[in-house]
Amino acid sequence: MAQPVELPDQIYVGPVIDEGHSLASVSDKVGNIVLKRKITLGWTLGLFLAIGLLQALAAGAVWLFMKGVGVWGINIPNGWGFAIINFVWWIGIGHAGTLISAILLLLNQSWRNAINRFAEAMTLFAVMCAGMFPVMHTGRPWLAYWMFPYPNTMDLWPQFRSPLLWDVFAVSTYFTISAVFWFVGLLPDLATLRDTSKKRWQQVIYGMLSMGWRGSARHWQRYEKASLLLAGLATPLVVSVHTVVSFDFAVSIIPGWHTTIFPPYFVAGAIYSGFAMVLTLMIPVRKFYGLDDIITMRHLNNMAKVTLATGMVVAYGYIMEAFFGYFSADKYEKFMIWNRMTGPYAVFYWCLILCNIVTPQFLWSKKIRTSPGILWIISIIVNIGMWLERFVIVVTSLHRDFLPSSWGYYAPTIWDWAVYIGTLGFFMTMILLFVRVLPLITIFELRMLLPGAQVREKVAH
Amino acid sequence: MDAANPLYGLIAEFETPTELVEAARRTKEAGFRKFDAFSPYPIHEMDDAMDLHDNRVSGFTFIGGLLGCIGGFGLATWCSFVALPLNIGGRPLISVPMFIPITFECTILLGGLTAAISMLVMNGFPSPYHPVFNVERFAGASRSKFFLCIESADPKFDRQATENFLVSLNPEEIAEVAP
Repeated sequence: MAQPVELPDQIYVGPVIDEGHSLASVSDKVGNIVLKRKITLGWTLGLFLAIGLLQALAAGAVWLFMKGVGVWGINIPNGWGFAIINFVWWIGIGHAGTLISAILLLLNQSWRNAINRFAEAMTLFAVMCAGMFPVMHTGRPWLAYWMFPYPNTMDLWPQFRSPLLWDVFAVSTYFTISAVFWFVGLLPDLATLRDTSKKRWQQVIYGMLSMGWRGSARHWQRYEKASLLLAGLATPLVVSVHTVVSFDFAVSIIPGWHTTIFPPYFVAGAIYSGFAMVLTLMIPVRKFYGLDDIITMRHLNNMAKVTLATGMVVAYGYIMEAFFGYFSADKYEKFMIWNRMTGPYAVFYWCLILCNIVTPQFLWSKKIRTSPGILWIISIIVNIGMWLERFVIVVTSLHRDFLPSSWGYYAPTIWDWAVYIGTLGFFMTMILLFVRVLPLITIFELRMLLPGAQVREKVAH
Repeated sequence: MDAANPLYGLIAEFETPTELVEAARRTKEAGFRKFDAFSPYPIHEMDDAMDLHDNRVSGFTFIGGLLGCIGGFGLATWCSFVALPLNIGGRPLISVPMFIPITFECTILLGGLTAAISMLVMNGFPSPYHPVFNVERFAGASRSKFFLCIESADPKFDRQATENFLVSLNPEEIAEVAP
């Protein structure tokens, strides 16, 4: 069980949960957001905006499926464009949720307890957004099942040596395991909602979803074991998913993609963007729902530190990319990095350096790490920076490759933007619905953080 | 058990986790076997107090993961070697390193699903009805209260003696549990 840790004064920025909370009060505080809180004007307007943006996805997808992928900006040499950029960006965002729920569980970090549910929900929604892009990029979504190995009259089987097929397996496994882990984590809290709700329909729905959870010690014992096993399995999984995503690039022979640094650099970038997204969402949610006694300064401070640390790894990746270009003595590699820095897309490259390397340096200051407003702005800049990173990687390597006669220029069309903005709307819609129907903080794990929750010594022998 | 007035068991309510662990330990020492403790969050001391050491979830997960591993590699090998052998630049049909990612993902997929499903099945879920839900105050078990229930199916169960035993544990409340 999580023990409170004494920290030296200079690094102490507050407790993981504020004083004055009891077992009953944390249950009510989190549960009432779902059960009692009235639907506010702000939430309604937010949902209205989100569903409005979602219409861009509907329009973009319909037009795409009617006309084919030609409505996008992609063309040879840039066969990959927004679809891949957005796929990698969304998948990366998802990684923070699994990191918080699995890796920090194994590391016994008690501060994760207040943020893991929300971060995992973010993971699921981000992976849903990500998954749409490869399916749309095929241009024939009704044939998407061809990606799976199944006996068919064409007598064809998928190519198991292709990273694109690895992606299918990695992303679908990632989504499945994240969803299962999330649902298992929800069981005890759904039981809390079932027992505290006053309305019959709520009791029935939460009762069915909680599967009859009753907090039995025999159940808890197996439950804890299964949670630990799922965390242990999800930890290598999350690392493998972005590694496989980076293989989509690294296994090819395109200059700028064919490098061994891609897997670790992609994984760090994924966690970096994911933590930035958690901050982007958590800071407003914490404010609107008055949760600053549960999601404390300590959480914001820690998340900012993880953002800074992974940001430094990403910075190392950028420096190494430039160094490899110079040191490889390969004229295509050398040209690629020079073209990236000074070519037609140079402005994106330098913006990305500004967003991803320069901006997070502000996080060295404890004052900034503990000011939610500034932190929120930095997190948005990092999100933009990570999107630019994927844009630069995908576009600059492809548009000028080995033969100058085959060079081209890529620019997205309005339909690229429609689909991208549409997935942002989808993501916002899901988050807004989630905070109203499920407890956005893991209540039973919060209880474990309370001072009265530990068994006193005299019986623990 | 009285046939006219069937009883699932007797349930006692406690205020703190310390009292619950102590109560469970004494119940076990008193010779009861069919009893259960209920708490709003996992209490690790409970595993020793009630002698809970069920490791079957780990075993099943290992088997699931192993099947996923063999299945994933087998699928890739069968597809590339038997079903659709394609010679691509003279590479071996069974390209072991290239099959590792999918083998790995299948291991995690089946292992993870087995962990979750075996936990749910062994816990007897879904079970929307359970006798303890008949006790009105039991709603507190998912919020802030701690309960201990001794079942009437226990060979040592005796309506009066068991109630006296529970009183000796110093609970907040004692209630009968209808089946």
